Amino acid sequence: MSDTSAPAPAAAAPAAPEPGGAKKDGSERWTQTLRDITGGSAMISILAVLFALIVGAVLIAFTNDRVQETAVYFFSRPGDLLRAVGDAVAGAYSALFQGAIYNFRANNFLTAIRPLTETLTFATPLIAAGLGVGLAFRVGMFNIGGRGQMLIAAGAAGWVAFAVELPAGIHLIVAVLAGLLGGAIWGGIVGLLKARTGAHEVIVTIMLNFVALYLIQFLLRTPGALQAPGSNNPKTPAMLSTAIFPDLFGPRYNLHAGFLTVIAATIFVWWLLSRSSLGFQFRAVGQNPRAARVAGINVKNIYMYAMAISGALVGLAGINQVLGTVTTGFGAGIDAGIGFDAITVALLGRSKPWGIFAAGILFGAFKAGGFAMQAAEGVPIDIVVVVQALIVLFIAAPPLVRAMFHLPTPGTTKKPKIRVVKAHKTNEVVAK
Amino acid sequence: MKLELRGITKRFGALVANNNISLTVESGEIHALLGENGAGKSTLMNVLYGLYRAEEGEILLDDKVQKFAGPGDAMNAGIGMVHQHFMLVPVFTVAENVVLGHEKTTFGGRLDLSAARAKVREISDRFNFDIDPDARIEDLPVGVQQRVEIIKALSQDAKVLVFDEPTAVLTPQETDELMVIMRQLAETGTSIVFITHKLREVRAVADRITVIRLGAVVGEASPTATNAELASLMVGRAVELTVHKDAPDLRGTALSVKNLTVVDALNQIVVNNVSFDVQAGEVLAIAGVQGNGQTELTQALIGLQHHVTGSIDLDGKPLRGYSVRHILDSGVGFIPEDRTEDGLISDFSIAENLMLDRSSGAPFVKAGNLQLGFRATFAAEKIAEFDIRSQGSDMEAGRLSGGNQQKVVLARELSRELRLFVAAQPTRGLDVGSIEFVHTRIIETRDSGIPVIVISTELDEVVALADRIAVMYRGEIVGIVPGTTPRATLGLMMAGEPAPATEAAL
Repeated sequence: MSDTSAPAPAAAAPAAPEPGGAKKDGSERWTQTLRDITGGSAMISILAVLFALIVGAVLIAFTNDRVQETAVYFFSRPGDLLRAVGDAVAGAYSALFQGAIYNFRANNFLTAIRPLTETLTFATPLIAAGLGVGLAFRVGMFNIGGRGQMLIAAGAAGWVAFAVELPAGIHLIVAVLAGLLGGAIWGGIVGLLKARTGAHEVIVTIMLNFVALYLIQFLLRTPGALQAPGSNNPKTPAMLSTAIFPDLFGPRYNLHAGFLTVIAATIFVWWLLSRSSLGFQFRAVGQNPRAARVAGINVKNIYMYAMAISGALVGLAGINQVLGTVTTGFGAGIDAGIGFDAITVALLGRSKPWGIFAAGILFGAFKAGGFAMQAAEGVPIDIVVVVQALIVLFIAAPPLVRAMFHLPTPGTTKKPKIRVVKAHKTNEVVAK
Repeated sequence: MKLELRGITKRFGALVANNNISLTVESGEIHALLGENGAGKSTLMNVLYGLYRAEEGEILLDDKVQKFAGPGDAMNAGIGMVHQHFMLVPVFTVAENVVLGHEKTTFGGRLDLSAARAKVREISDRFNFDIDPDARIEDLPVGVQQRVEIIKALSQDAKVLVFDEPTAVLTPQETDELMVIMRQLAETGTSIVFITHKLREVRAVADRITVIRLGAVVGEASPTATNAELASLMVGRAVELTVHKDAPDLRGTALSVKNLTVVDALNQIVVNNVSFDVQAGEVLAIAGVQGNGQTELTQALIGLQHHVTGSIDLDGKPLRGYSVRHILDSGVGFIPEDRTEDGLISDFSIAENLMLDRSSGAPFVKAGNLQLGFRATFAAEKIAEFDIRSQGSDMEAGRLSGGNQQKVVLARELSRELRLFVAAQPTRGLDVGSIEFVHTRIIETRDSGIPVIVISTELDEVVALADRIAVMYRGEIVGIVPGTTPRATLGLMMAGEPAPATEAAL
């Protein structure tokens, strides 16, 4: 029972559940918390979405005029209130569904399916950036620099797309590669600083967001750089048609070939993390950098590679924005907050490639459906933002609260079982 | 105060952790609870401390039945616990830690720290602890921190003190000091429950010994019982306490360390001008009290220290200044002293841990792709060969027992083509059965003609394994003596006395 390696004293010792607990300093505790938040099970994600939608329903009901009217005479005719609540919530969520998946009020199938393609269009950059943030999570790093990496990637890809003339096809590929390189460099700087100076990636990524923002703003105001010729607006010219992602299903839908690049990126990240030796080293460093170092893995290089790849993936989101969604020229707001939404997507997807893919589509659906909900039912689009925030809260809060108050992880309650299993093992040894 | 446990049964689901355990601790008695890891000792004490509720049985203090809903009740009833991992706030002072949870305040809610200081001084004087109430915990050595834990328990008027594996974190010297303190406490009438799996300590200090195996009491013993008797009671079969080994088959110098000096991050010289040779086919044990530079010496050998001067040559090729990767590839096998932090990734499966230090090339990786099929076969082989008790190669390493975790590390390191094997504290925290296994493996490695370095603070282990013993003290090697050197001599050397002149030249 007093095995020094199994966390036997955990139940008796909440503050130091691990062996060598006395050594565990604050930063290790937070690293562990980060791992807990980002690495939980899919069930937590599903429940988080469900509960967030329930709380969202309550908010929808509260803000509904009809509900407020009927609440006044609730005790004389309670049925009215309940019906009003039902109408409000059902109306809002069915509008959300119709705006995001399938509009069964449309007269033909091709129109009815349009919301789904809108969802996928919105999901495209979210998935790409989510993969980047999720990859960094898996290596034990928190990449909040999505905005900067997207802006740099968008700037690089955009410049190639409008200023360089190349044959169709090749032009697109070169533009995409330029964008990936831009994102990789912007992320790689973070990895380099972390590896060489020990600077914390959270601080550096936040700072580089501002550097990127003002750099792009400067370039957008500099004729000959990103600014459209003959214009005073901080905006680029339109992308050349040779460098634009083609529409996937014709001009009727906004969905473009960028979605395919995101599918490819998801497959790539899956291969990287679960099939490649580099990914093995990534995960080793993410789980236990000390053991990784003793095993001969160059932890500093791994930080650099991981941040560069993470930056490139986030950059892919920027590329998709400028070469797919907003092809008429972009300003400094092209990132549209996707770099931050990506953190939520990565959290919801438990930092796993296909989880992030699914989470990205869900958030794409919220975006697409949110507008429809506002238009059709007058439900403020902020409800969608609240639901998204609640999802993060439900996922992140339990480990965070535990870490803040030094509470034991729930897993410790089942630990005795394992120890007793071990007792039986000893029995087997004895039997031998 | 007399403590009595009657028929305690604690189940976790279908598994019985404690089966009808009865135990009586008389006032002023040191009662040792001896058992292997996982035998049910800590569960029993957690029941006593109110952390678990037993399904059956009762706890009596001075013949009165107690009902504990939580540790608070147990504390109020006079039960104190000194945990293996200290429950102290590192940035608080001794006095602050002692009153934590029972703070007395003066007017306006201000902490009455002077009362706390007086209390610390009073208890400290009573047992000659020599503790400054205003010292910060993080500045104190581990042994002293443990005394703060004891003071904390005594300040709540504990009449029954439970020591849960108290010596696991202590140096041999601190262990001896703790024994003296436990004796003093017993003489003042405190009842002591001493949980351990170390036989020597039990025999040194206990008045009575209860042995627990598989959650049940298997016998009582007196401190006069021999180690072998206690060990066989604990494990349930006869245990080899000594390692069988023949005279070493020396095959010439393999590792040569000359004038090695290591400077740590705080710019202190932690290893000072150390030179030694290891021949192929022999075990050189590096003995010494914890913290005398052994850890840093080991890290320097494996390339984990940055400021190293001098030379380390293996088979004539220099190793100093190269990366860990290069040193591992040169055929150095390494068992780190902190298994869970440095040796394994607890969230990785056994199979993944088995390839941990070969993640960049054949046979586990081809063209950047993991060879999952090969890895599964390899893991299955090693699990069988090293008798790793698990639910298969996909089981997370963190869920294995300490002994089985160490077997994973051993299996990984010994399955490479080795030219040098370095084992740091290879059996720390392991039960008797696993220690036997690890020792046998180490001697087998030696006999296959590989030079072996064993770093250990346990004199038993050093004497059992070593062909030659280098004793370190304050970063220097006091002397290198034959493995047959008497313990008394080694003990003196560990305290810094030079080796007898004739042997020092070896």
